[in-house]
Amino acid sequence: MSPTTYAKALNTALRDALTEDPDVLVLGEDVGALGGVFRITDGLTRDFGEDRCVDTPLAEAGIAGFAVGLAMQGFRPVVEMQFDAFGYPAFEQVVSHIAKMRNRTRSALPMPITIRIPYAGGIGGVEHHCDSSEGYYVHTPGLHVVTPATPADAYSLLREAIASDDPVVFMEPKSQYYAKAELELPTRTEPIGQAAVRREGADVTLVTYGPQVAAALKAAEVAAAEEDWDVEVVDLRSLVPFDDATVEASVRKTGRAVVLAEAQGFAGMGAEIAARVQERCFHSLAAPVLRVTGLDIPYPPPKLEHTHLPGIDRILDTIARLQWDDEPDLTHAPQEVSA
Amino acid sequence: MSDITELLPCPEPVQLLAADGSAVDPGEQARARGYAMPAPEDLLAVWRGMVVGRRFDAQATALTKQGRLAVYPSSRGQDACQVAPVLALDEQDWLFPTYRDSMALVTHGIDPVEVLTLLRGDWHCGYDPRATRTAPQCTPLATQAVHAAGAAHGLTRRGTDGIALCLIGDGATSEGDFHEGLNFAAVFEAPAVFLVQNNKYAISVPLAKQTKAPALAYKGVGYGVRSEQVDGNDPAAMLAVMREAYAHARSGHGPVLVEAHTYRMEAHTNADDATRYRTADEVDEWTGQDPIVRLQAYLVQQGHLDDHRIQEVRDEADDLAADLRTRMNAEPTVEPLELFDHVYDRPTPQLLEQREMVRSELDSHVTQQEMESAR
Ligand SMILES: Cc1ncc(C[n+]2csc(CCOP(=O)(O)OP(=O)(O)O)c2C)c(N)n1
Ligand SMILES: [Mg+2]
Repeated sequence: MSPTTYAKALNTALRDALTEDPDVLVLGEDVGALGGVFRITDGLTRDFGEDRCVDTPLAEAGIAGFAVGLAMQGFRPVVEMQFDAFGYPAFEQVVSHIAKMRNRTRSALPMPITIRIPYAGGIGGVEHHCDSSEGYYVHTPGLHVVTPATPADAYSLLREAIASDDPVVFMEPKSQYYAKAELELPTRTEPIGQAAVRREGADVTLVTYGPQVAAALKAAEVAAAEEDWDVEVVDLRSLVPFDDATVEASVRKTGRAVVLAEAQGFAGMGAEIAARVQERCFHSLAAPVLRVTGLDIPYPPPKLEHTHLPGIDRILDTIARLQWDDEPDLTHAPQEVSA
Repeated sequence: MSDITELLPCPEPVQLLAADGSAVDPGEQARARGYAMPAPEDLLAVWRGMVVGRRFDAQATALTKQGRLAVYPSSRGQDACQVAPVLALDEQDWLFPTYRDSMALVTHGIDPVEVLTLLRGDWHCGYDPRATRTAPQCTPLATQAVHAAGAAHGLTRRGTDGIALCLIGDGATSEGDFHEGLNFAAVFEAPAVFLVQNNKYAISVPLAKQTKAPALAYKGVGYGVRSEQVDGNDPAAMLAVMREAYAHARSGHGPVLVEAHTYRMEAHTNADDATRYRTADEVDEWTGQDPIVRLQAYLVQQGHLDDHRIQEVRDEADDLAADLRTRMNAEPTVEPLELFDHVYDRPTPQLLEQREMVRSELDSHVTQQEMESAR
């Protein structure tokens, strides 16, 4: 066993996919000699040729549309959007074609395309480099949306994504690129669509994904040490398809649920999770399902991002509101009118 | 439909000064287009702007190494492209810069600390775009091209004779928005001037992988946009060509596309490792093309510049750098609650709730600190 970073796991997954399947192509900006700005494609052009790992012209709509054409010819393009917000020019191709092609053609033209997107913040990036853009993709029928939080899942889910005949938006939390785990590659965890219980607990379920899994685990440790709450942490891993069964089993067991997402909260992935838990587990719940999310603001400048990111205190404050002593949570109760 | 020869750029990049600072004949087509050696006082202004601008750039790079800036994309080597076009603008004109163009903004008279706000990370745009007639530095590539077209059209509709100058990189010409910007400007005969700083790279990707066009300047022709190419390391040619471009746009003849051939001497940003994709020899070759050396040699040779004046401007540049250092070394005050102030004209009720949450977090944090210091 040796320590493997999340970035290295992704690089190895791309290598193994390129080796095993000649139809796999890697396309993007700076993915060649530079190895990508995060070095996820490091050495691929050297080892597989400019023909397999391709520096494209600088145009995301072009990259995505080109991938559609390649997929029509049976290739499996793996495209890189350099940063979350730089995937927006590709949005039309993703939403109007990649997501819909199978449906429009009665499955005659599947789109086995993987769209890798480094996303979310916590890295001190200046504007347009830290968006949590998953909400746009999960709201688009036809796309699978996957976001590994550990090096093992990074490897395994990327292999699954590339092998999938459906398009997969593969969202990589940048803050986790240098996270390490003792790991021998190749490795397989579970197929796309299965959540993982990262920490067992009896009192409350913290449902989260991507960049916030690490924060959830830390908060759980603090909760155990300081508050005597036994927190169970569920890492969704796959946002679409959504693993209702794992989330449901956990919440039924603990009877309380907090949803944790780094993205702005309004109408986001966190809202979907909270709604599903409430619909399925209402009679097992001792308190309303609460959310801890980013603020509903454009991603802040580096010196203010800590105000935006959920963080341990906000997670614990929210858990504290789960009616532990049968005290109702008055946060949203009507305000008394002062005289 | 305009005559295609009117649209086509000169066959070679326009040059008025050779690398050694000697004056050269720019050729017949260039002369016909009115490109002539600018007056000495104008060249002196450009030279001074470049000396100060480069000192600013070096200081910003140093501040980044000290951790004062989150990131800095240097424009060293592109000094002539940063300075001459901005100095040639009129008061009513608007500027549309990118992340690369901090030197241009300083040249434009914007407080260097306000210019660096974005990169220091205490806010996004640090200057007042209306007061400075300068759009926020644009990072989503090429999107500013369409803004410039619209702004230029707006200036005309408002009855001014202002123009919009759009700065853009070579790589960004591959984005759809660049093409839409040119086309919109052409269709509306908007007084926009698009200056492509072809510094040969888009991060690691050389221009050869972006285009098969003989030069980026040829991209204007298909849109009916008058086009030009110029030696971007020749400050005299830059000034002459941009002035003509502005005059063309200002007089209602529609947009102009100018490609400046230059070179990015530093890595893409401080975070980039340029050794992965280019050789030191290649960079060295461009050292011999330095725009400041070139213009200074010409001005000294012509007797317009002496050691005394050179020293004076160097001192002025050092003063600016020292002032910038001092002001940037003070940790900026940031106000977390300001995060809620500018999302909407009137914040939504939900946003006000979140503001309240952050305010009480801040209050309890202060109380905690007070309790700790009282102990
Ligand atoms: C739409 C979009 N895609 C990708 C990026 C990431 N990115 C920032 S700068 C850059 C290279 C731009 O090259 P060029 O246009 O030549 O300008 P230069 O940086 O050389 O001045 C890239 C790919 C971005 N900012 N916006
Ligand atoms: Mg460039």
